[in-house]
Amino acid sequence: MTALLKTALTGNHAVAYAVKMAKPHVIAAYPITPQTTIVEKLAEFVERGELKARFINVESEYGAMSVVYGAAMAGARVFTATSSHGLLYMYEMTWWAALSRAPIVMAVATRTIGPIWNIHVEHNDILTLRDSGWLIAMAETAQEAFDLTIQAFKIAESAVLPVSVGIDGFVLSHSTEPVEVPPQEVVDSFLPPRRADVPLLLRPGEPITFGNLPSDNRIHARYKIEAVYRAQQEAKDVVVQADREYGKLTGRSYGGLVEWYRAEDAEDVVVCAGAWCSDAKRAVDALRSRDIPVGLLRLRFIRPFPTEEVKRLSQYRRAVVFDRDITPLGGVLGVELKAAVPDAEVVNIVAGIAGVDFDAEAFYRVISNAVEGRYRGVEFVV
Amino acid sequence: MTFRLDQLPKKRYVIPGNAACAGCGMMIGLKILGMALGDESVLVIPASCASVVQGLAPKTGLAFPILNVPFASSAAVATGIAEAYKALGVRGHVVVWAGDGGTADIGFATLSGAAERNSNVIYVMYDNEAYMNTGIQRSSSTPRSAWTTTTPSGKRERRKDVALLMAMHGVPYVATASIAYPHDFYRKLKRAAEVEGFRFIHLQTPCPPGWRFDPAKTVEVARLAVETGAWILWEYDKGVLKVNPPSDRFADKSKRRPLVEYVKLQGRFAHLSESDIKALEEEIEERWRLILALSSALNQR
Ligand SMILES: Cc1ncc(C[n+]2csc(CCOP(=O)(O)OP(=O)(O)O)c2C)c(N)n1
Ligand code: SF4
Repeated sequence: MTALLKTALTGNHAVAYAVKMAKPHVIAAYPITPQTTIVEKLAEFVERGELKARFINVESEYGAMSVVYGAAMAGARVFTATSSHGLLYMYEMTWWAALSRAPIVMAVATRTIGPIWNIHVEHNDILTLRDSGWLIAMAETAQEAFDLTIQAFKIAESAVLPVSVGIDGFVLSHSTEPVEVPPQEVVDSFLPPRRADVPLLLRPGEPITFGNLPSDNRIHARYKIEAVYRAQQEAKDVVVQADREYGKLTGRSYGGLVEWYRAEDAEDVVVCAGAWCSDAKRAVDALRSRDIPVGLLRLRFIRPFPTEEVKRLSQYRRAVVFDRDITPLGGVLGVELKAAVPDAEVVNIVAGIAGVDFDAEAFYRVISNAVEGRYRGVEFVV
Repeated sequence: MTFRLDQLPKKRYVIPGNAACAGCGMMIGLKILGMALGDESVLVIPASCASVVQGLAPKTGLAFPILNVPFASSAAVATGIAEAYKALGVRGHVVVWAGDGGTADIGFATLSGAAERNSNVIYVMYDNEAYMNTGIQRSSSTPRSAWTTTTPSGKRERRKDVALLMAMHGVPYVATASIAYPHDFYRKLKRAAEVEGFRFIHLQTPCPPGWRFDPAKTVEVARLAVETGAWILWEYDKGVLKVNPPSDRFADKSKRRPLVEYVKLQGRFAHLSESDIKALEEEIEERWRLILALSSALNQR
């Protein structure tokens, strides 16, 4: 048995090591900052013979998503990675993939969308997947980027849906942190071989047509409801189950769809997703040390949306939702939470967009203001 | 290779009662594909007439395994399937069956990418010379002067020669074919099936509603395209380029039938004046010169 390895990895390399241990058959990707070092590392593993995968260099992200889509539909375990404009360039294929129930795993090193050109962190890119049927997970640390990537393969192949793993651009993707890498045997026992007949068996001599026009729109409607709504609901159990099982094997589990932090006796709860949750937690700790009762809800998954879990927010005085993204209505998470928990008082802070630094101190300041009731509706902090 | 069409496999991959128009040239092509590669193939079909003629799910009028995919993606999706098959040890041919729009225009980047990586795919571009599925709009493969709904007074630009562009990618096998010469197309599919890597066949498939001719005349129109020299049958096999019979005869301009015989059968050319036809003839002659020059330059191993 290979020993557990304690090492230091960037978020991107943590993802690459996890992908290597998941033993995909096909990898395809196109360079874009800050994703690139994930697939560079994977290319290296493949060249050195440490990973027996087909590594396909493509002409664009559209090509990358198309290649892994084709491979997934043919029964292969697949991986790709992208960021920002790359993800938008794939967009048509991401919908086709989700509605085909193609179990693709994709890392998204989150980055601002232009103009102006900006390679720094923001969550708008990965959140464009939210209506497509993809699952959206957000890692907080390099360790979680590793663990979540391994879990993503299990979740994708059990829920039969594509899974995106968000790691904050530069903040996580390029920062080095200690990471525990489990022995290969542990990953192997967690991740059974990919079933080639799910979602369908695409093989010469087996006539089956997928994707042609329906004879009755009701067939199509039912099929879409199953692909988008029902599959997402069913995926909730899959996520929780995978996290629990992974925890038994490695000692690390994160709470499934969400993580509650010091929320038991809180009056106000901070809600956020991604790497900056660590900063937010530090701010919560500091506020707690001054007897200000705040807690935190970290959304590990934005799809499936943890509807049941967030309902608990209505028990608190106020939910202070932090969005690292901006839409004409405010932040995405703010809008979604208001819809999911209409009886909660939601304050929506849009901050840290375009990569603007937003550290624990900034969280402390803004949360203090929020608990003192100084904000209403949407508040922009630049 | 010599064979008789009546001795080819009888299994029907194109089932009667499908949704194609009467006289559809593309469906003739699919029948020949079934005879040549049948159970050995998996089809990738982008948005096009070919995605519609399958008929209505959950039934299908085509007895191939088919993955229907977005318009621009087919060459890359085929790469993915081929790579998955390599990794999983599955034998068979991944065949893209795509129109000229999906190939020459929106799908050209994925096509060129798949060719450059020499993906193990047979790509058949069936060329009805316009976007037929959306109602006869011009494509970059539409010939000059042809009427389409987006070129109401005739297309002004020359046609993009996709097969030549693919040969210039240096892939192992490229050929043109015509549904009027099923032996030739069959042989080319069989040859393509023997070769590893990216293979490209450009098949001309006349379209009665799009070209405005009597559906009974599909094969006649296709044959005239070859006999007038407007469509040249050639093959680029591992670096050697040859003009194939019967086109080889028509290298000699005097052996060709007058272009007007081909043009006058088609409503899409009804507005052409004599000088327009002459200009088209000159363009055809130019293409011949290029193909013959390439074939003499690339004729030894
Ligand atoms: C991204 C995208 N743009 C446009 C379309 C609409 N569309 C569907 S088929 C088609 C034309 C297909 O033309 P071609 O590839 O030549 O095949 P044909 O219909 O002539 O057989 C178009 C424009 C689409 N499906 N997807
Ligand atoms: S429009 Fe033309 S290519 Fe399309 S099905 Fe009809 S005949 Fe065939």
